[in-house]
Amino acid sequence: MGISLTRAAQWTMVSSSTAKLASTPMNESLLKEILHFVERFSSQHPQEAEHVFEEPLQWNTTLVASDFKTDYDISDSDVQSHERDSEGHPLLQLSPPTVYVRSFSQLSKLLHLADDKKLVEVRACLEGKFESNLHPKQSNHQHSSITHRLNVFVLLVTLYNHPIIQVRLNPKAVKNEVEILQVFCGGGDKGLLKSLRYTSDFEFSNGYRAPLWRQVQGDICYLVIEPCDTETLYITCSTAGSFLNGGEENGYERTSDTYEDLVTLLKSRSPHFAEKINQVEVLIVCLIKKAEVALVYFRKTSAGALPGELFSESSTESEEEEEQPYRHPETNTDLPSEYWQIQKLVRYLKDGDQIVTVDTLCAMMDFNLMQESCQMAIQDTGGLKVLLNLLDTDEHKCKIGSLKILRTISHNSQIRRVIVDMRGVQSIVKILDSPVKELKALAAETIANVAKFRRARRNVRLYGGINKLVSLLDCLPNLASLTPSQEEDIEVACCGALALWSCSRSTKNKKAIRKAGGIPLLGRLLKSPLQKMLIPVVGTLQECASEESYRTDIQTLGMIKDLVRNLSSDNDELQMHCASAIFKCAEDKQTRDLVRKYKGLQPLVSLLHKAGNKQLLAAATGAIWKCSISQENVTKFQEYKALEILVNLLTDQPEEVLVNVVGALGEFAQIPANKAAIREFGGIKPLVKLLTSPNQALLVNVTKAVGACATNKDNMVIIDQLDGIRLVWSLLKNPSADVQSSAAWALCACIENAEDAGETARSLIGGFQLIVKLLSSTNNEVLASICAAICKIAKDEENLAILTDFGVVPSLAKLTNTTHDRLRHHLADAIAQCCMWGSNRASFGEAGAVAPLVRNLKSKEGSVQRSTAMALYQLSRNPNNCITMHEKEVVQPLIHMMGSDDEELQEAAAGCVRSIRLLYMANRNAELFTFRN
Amino acid sequence: MSKISAMNKRATQALAENISKQVEHFSKKEVECLIREFNVLMAEQNNSGRAVQGLDRGKFISTLHSIFGLTDDRMTGRVFRTFDKDNDSVVSMKEWIEGLSVFLRGTLDEKIKYCFSVYDLNGDNAISREEMLHMLKGRLIRQPNEEDPDEGIKDLVEIILKKMDYDHDGKLSFEDFEKAVKDEHLLLEAFGTCLPDFRVICNENLLSSLNFPIKNSQSYSLLFLFFQRIEMFEGHVFQEQFEQ
Repeated sequence: MGISLTRAAQWTMVSSSTAKLASTPMNESLLKEILHFVERFSSQHPQEAEHVFEEPLQWNTTLVASDFKTDYDISDSDVQSHERDSEGHPLLQLSPPTVYVRSFSQLSKLLHLADDKKLVEVRACLEGKFESNLHPKQSNHQHSSITHRLNVFVLLVTLYNHPIIQVRLNPKAVKNEVEILQVFCGGGDKGLLKSLRYTSDFEFSNGYRAPLWRQVQGDICYLVIEPCDTETLYITCSTAGSFLNGGEENGYERTSDTYEDLVTLLKSRSPHFAEKINQVEVLIVCLIKKAEVALVYFRKTSAGALPGELFSESSTESEEEEEQPYRHPETNTDLPSEYWQIQKLVRYLKDGDQIVTVDTLCAMMDFNLMQESCQMAIQDTGGLKVLLNLLDTDEHKCKIGSLKILRTISHNSQIRRVIVDMRGVQSIVKILDSPVKELKALAAETIANVAKFRRARRNVRLYGGINKLVSLLDCLPNLASLTPSQEEDIEVACCGALALWSCSRSTKNKKAIRKAGGIPLLGRLLKSPLQKMLIPVVGTLQECASEESYRTDIQTLGMIKDLVRNLSSDNDELQMHCASAIFKCAEDKQTRDLVRKYKGLQPLVSLLHKAGNKQLLAAATGAIWKCSISQENVTKFQEYKALEILVNLLTDQPEEVLVNVVGALGEFAQIPANKAAIREFGGIKPLVKLLTSPNQALLVNVTKAVGACATNKDNMVIIDQLDGIRLVWSLLKNPSADVQSSAAWALCACIENAEDAGETARSLIGGFQLIVKLLSSTNNEVLASICAAICKIAKDEENLAILTDFGVVPSLAKLTNTTHDRLRHHLADAIAQCCMWGSNRASFGEAGAVAPLVRNLKSKEGSVQRSTAMALYQLSRNPNNCITMHEKEVVQPLIHMMGSDDEELQEAAAGCVRSIRLLYMANRNAELFTFRN
Repeated sequence: MSKISAMNKRATQALAENISKQVEHFSKKEVECLIREFNVLMAEQNNSGRAVQGLDRGKFISTLHSIFGLTDDRMTGRVFRTFDKDNDSVVSMKEWIEGLSVFLRGTLDEKIKYCFSVYDLNGDNAISREEMLHMLKGRLIRQPNEEDPDEGIKDLVEIILKKMDYDHDGKLSFEDFEKAVKDEHLLLEAFGTCLPDFRVICNENLLSSLNFPIKNSQSYSLLFLFFQRIEMFEGHVFQEQFEQ
């Protein structure tokens, strides 16, 4: 926990001499925890709190002399405490603005005085300048010393929050205990123990390390402990407690009493241990020493000298070091024994001939290379460079050995970066051409690990790695009987696929894979029966399916069938990748049909039962969503009772699942029967609830689903009761255009189907202004949806009046010049509806809306023609508009439209022509009348 | 003359048939080639009038050197001893073919046996510390600050022993060696190169994979060409050569 907390602390950029804690929620909580700890420290551990620091903590405080009370000597602005250390320094000294504090009790008193500025003080204390005249050469390493200071606090918090002496008899507890004790190992007489290790590095998934047949008897693990003062102890930790055993030869038989825990056992066996463990300050010292932090703060002056070199040399502050401020190259005597062994091996690697090199590499493989300390030891001793150099030699055995190590240690992100920095990718890519299959496979596997970050992936591509990796895929994956050589080919292809999977996370690499002809090869491998092959292959495909071209290829090369087949595999990961690939590909209608044809819909629905695996669930629901865009698929899904399951998934799911579930419901609800079904399964309430989510992708889908459900009257009653209209309306304020338009469409459905929608709408303060304001949006889809909404709202006369007051007419008129057909259609509808009020017809004419509308008549889109004709019919009731229309030669297209099959269009066109004709007649009559007179 | 050669040919064929039944991994035709090559090597050998039954040490080692690229003196001597199963200081035709069968096409088990007997210098069925030290000596550059020139190697021997000596008796028995190699194939040649470079074997495999038709008397020299590591990974290059 200490380490994770330390890593969690987020620092802002380091200037030349000072560092600041970034102001993030994580840091805030960290600070609070430290504060809480310091405050409790003096009451819980009064003795320790009085320890005097060798160097004072010092920082610029916001406190002034007047804040201090009578316990202090106050002279002008300076303050000193009564308590002094052995040399006569006051334990607290304030000479504004700097404060010096020399013990924890003073620190907690000061924080108490600070009152509401406590956090500010803690922060300043951590950021405070670190003056150490003990190590002048370190003076330019402000950043690391500040990190150290933070570490000290964090470690102390951890230590005191988790007392180590407790009776706990499960694998986890034993592990914790061993880990804490291991921290105190080594360091000669100062440590608690010389060494402590497990007999087996292998840990079962249940946390046990004993062999299975011993686990039955309750044995958890075996330890070999070398105390400082007695002979080596062989210890069994079992669920009943800890006891000495007779070693491996004697079958771990019990040779001592059983103790409740390891510490008690050790206390009874090693007087040295018993003495040390009782000195809490020793624990602190050991902990701090191990963490390479500034011991000087906490060393009790009487505790005697401790091994020197407590500050490790800090090398250049590279990018990696900032990512992991906790680690420094180690030149300390406290390093684990592996470090020295590895250092020795690296020397042999450098100095040996090929035989010695191979032997040394084999010896190195025996270390636990997944362990960070070993990985770092290889890097710090220059071993990584030697390993990479070996790749450029001619000795294939050396290369194999080197790659075997590299593929394991490259699980460490820092090592990966160094490999790339040392141009290792180049060498590894070159090996892909080797005629030795084992080498190719190892190189590909290493690439798979290294290419976890962008720069590495780019390097693989630039050195031609993609082509080579693709050519590794060439094998015959599904022969009934295989020769050994063919089996090797398959192994190589597996590793190649793994590497491509890692690489395919970059867009350019996706294109390169396609260009290298990788897709057909992946398609062939997809027929393999091997899971270890299928997972990387499908993984790559689903990663690449974000590209349009891949989706087409996946469909045309017949991969959908294989993807569907593997949906029924028994491996969750494989199922997830398959579902995810279908999710991405099913945007295309043919793909959706193919999924149905190959009977992929049922397995998709059955994946919904694996509610425990959220990633799988997200992929499966995504695939269902996209597949349900085809109505035939929805019918199929209904047979498998998908709807009920989906509705149940509306609660307590992570957002990535919810987005897909709601998306699918939106598609399902396009069928009227399903609208009622969603209500019956109780889906309306959670849907409406989701309208308050902050996730935009989710909101788009939710509004769509709510809109689809709202077309059912009974649903609408529920939505209305839940205040759904207001929620949807308020989403118009969302900054995302997608959400705005989706919400506006939902609003149309709601208003159309709700009873007294007009009144509800009026009750929403500011709602109409918002609508009219959105008419100045630049997004056509938003505009179209808002026009549609206006059309529905304006059906209520009072609402129309209010809209008119807010200036809807000129806003609509401004839009008439658009060429976007969908917008033209809804705009014309809105104009037609708005003509119903007062002098709006004339206003539209004055705003110049008529002429563009006449032009829109020429659109080829039927819906646009129809709406426009109706709008013109409405507008033609104003004589001035008729004149404009006539001038713009409206009559001919209208007459043409009168011949249409659509009755409404016929009527609107005819009505419009009639208005023009009537005006002409009236005009002529008037003229005649005047003439006669 | 032609009669003699025809007789020779028949005798060779009979011999080849006989041997191919006893030795694994080679077909009769291939054995024929290897016999011819053996005869050529025998002819090159300066017997100075004595009638010998096989290749002597000098000729054998120079053959290892020129054909298989094995140049480590410490090892080639041991390889000779291992080939020479009956300890008569010459490698007979049968021993030659048996040895090559492991050399070129041996399975892992055969190679483990072979390597173990090469490394077991005194033939006591175990590789001792001293034997390892002898075989690895001088393979590590001496550090200037070390007094004992073998300090590094001694340490390395301990490391290897710790890794491979499963029964903790301070030496490597055959079982130890076998187990260690099966665990990590790289340890097969842990104490010195005693098998031909992989590329030689690659070429040889290429030969069989191409179904190389051994029809005429020249064929052995073609085989010979392959042994001499002419870089020919590509099938078509080989075809051209053959047609010439």
